[in-house]
Amino acid sequence: MEIDRGDGRKPNQLRPVACSRGILNRAHGSASWSQGETKVLAAVYGPKAGTKKNENPEKACFEVIWKPKTGQIGKPEKECEMILKRTLQSICLLNVHPNTTTSIIIQVVNDDGGLLPCAINVACAALVDAGIPLKHLAVAICCSLAKNGRVLLDPNKSEEQNMKGFVYLAFPNSIQSVLPEGSLQVGGEPVEHGIITSVTHGAMSVDDYLLCLQRGRAACEKLSVFIRSSLK
Amino acid sequence: MAAASGSDLSSEMEVDAFRRLFPLHFHERHLLKSIRPDGRTLGKARDTIISLGAVTSANGSALTKIGCTTMLAAIKLEVMTPTVESPDEGCIAIDFHMPPICSPIVRPGRPADAAPVVAKQLSDTILRQLRYLWKNSGMIDLKELSLVSGKAAWMAYLDIYCLDADGSLFDAALLSAVAAFSHLQIPVVSLNDEGRIVLVSEDNGGGKLEKEPVNKEKRKLNLATIPFSLTCVLHKNYILADPTAEEESIMETLVTVVLDSSSQLVSLYKPGGPVLAHTSAIQDCVALTRQRLKELQKILNEAISDMEVD
Repeated sequence: MEIDRGDGRKPNQLRPVACSRGILNRAHGSASWSQGETKVLAAVYGPKAGTKKNENPEKACFEVIWKPKTGQIGKPEKECEMILKRTLQSICLLNVHPNTTTSIIIQVVNDDGGLLPCAINVACAALVDAGIPLKHLAVAICCSLAKNGRVLLDPNKSEEQNMKGFVYLAFPNSIQSVLPEGSLQVGGEPVEHGIITSVTHGAMSVDDYLLCLQRGRAACEKLSVFIRSSLK
Repeated sequence: MAAASGSDLSSEMEVDAFRRLFPLHFHERHLLKSIRPDGRTLGKARDTIISLGAVTSANGSALTKIGCTTMLAAIKLEVMTPTVESPDEGCIAIDFHMPPICSPIVRPGRPADAAPVVAKQLSDTILRQLRYLWKNSGMIDLKELSLVSGKAAWMAYLDIYCLDADGSLFDAALLSAVAAFSHLQIPVVSLNDEGRIVLVSEDNGGGKLEKEPVNKEKRKLNLATIPFSLTCVLHKNYILADPTAEEESIMETLVTVVLDSSSQLVSLYKPGGPVLAHTSAIQDCVALTRQRLKELQKILNEAISDMEVD
């Protein structure tokens, strides 16, 4: 197969992934996640009593604080905070700790592309470490679409900038269930094929997007096995 | 539990009280009959109005209404020195404001949480900051904003004010931005003796010009591809197009699809939410957006042709 990536990877090959938990002493839960040169730390504090204004006190509330590598937070970081908050809210059991706030602090150590997926993965690992009740994990990946129409998984920063477009996708991890196979399907598709979060940059055709979805799902299945083994 | 007790009480309670006490149940009973509380069918967007030229002091402006959601967009042009990296390109700065009048959730003195997110989405959609895309498929060719290569170019400040936030903020904001850009007229300027750019006022435009104007006449920007968007709410198996603020707060899964006039997918944005989007739901949302794109294109073209008649 022809290799057209800067670092000699195959189109479907991810960068080396590493995850460790419980790295911070004072935090209730913490984790670090690195994918090639991209590295993110997360710390979880809480659940603390009370919710913030405009939040539903009947449910648990989440607060995401994004710390960039350098400088102040701007609009892109605010957007990441919002996406991450909504993503985490959707995977947590919000009724277990009503009227509480859980803070998640994301510290970017190094950004070499695919920052938001790494942040989603690290936040999940930190929530597991803190013992926050979750429905399932969210597994996130970046798929990019090259100029020649090929899908390249997990691009680094220099690749990201030369792409036609790229998609950040988050899926639920595959659930190991005692229920008979097929009972967890929604409209003929397994649950882990449903998109939790999708953010796209650049233009692509709808078919290209669906192709990215398919590749992303396949990659997330492998990632979810890795996360499961590293969280044991 | 709440839903079960709600169904028992619904016959004895006034509709308004039922709506406030059991909002989810109230909406679900409507959805069963494939209708929404405001009388729309599930896939139908609210009535949309575009009026161009709402702000006379700006170079281009538009007021759009989607149902009650109201957005005012205005573009102001200033002359700037282009950057060394791109000497023959202008620049566009996009900002989105949510003043306290727009919604009870926004409090004076504190910026709304949604405002920077919508602003970021807008600049992503309009500018598409990918180096490769700049050359061919953004909405606006930044080279058109150039005046004198390396010396002067237009800086366009696009400010969008949300006057009434009743759901689908991004759709309304994008529509108003697109309408403002299609109304934008670039004024005539000339170089003076000191090498500075001065505006040529319309009164002495005739034969009295000593200097050749840099650009011959008032002109409009060529919009290569125009993006249009539709936000949908996913709830169980239902897909509701163009939700109101009430629907957005009750059913929390939002999917925003942006397609451009050449039917390319510019953005598919789903920030979390309790409902998972499966391929069929995504395809339905895209199909609804395709329909909406045709409607919006028609409304925008009518607004532009009305403007030209005046």
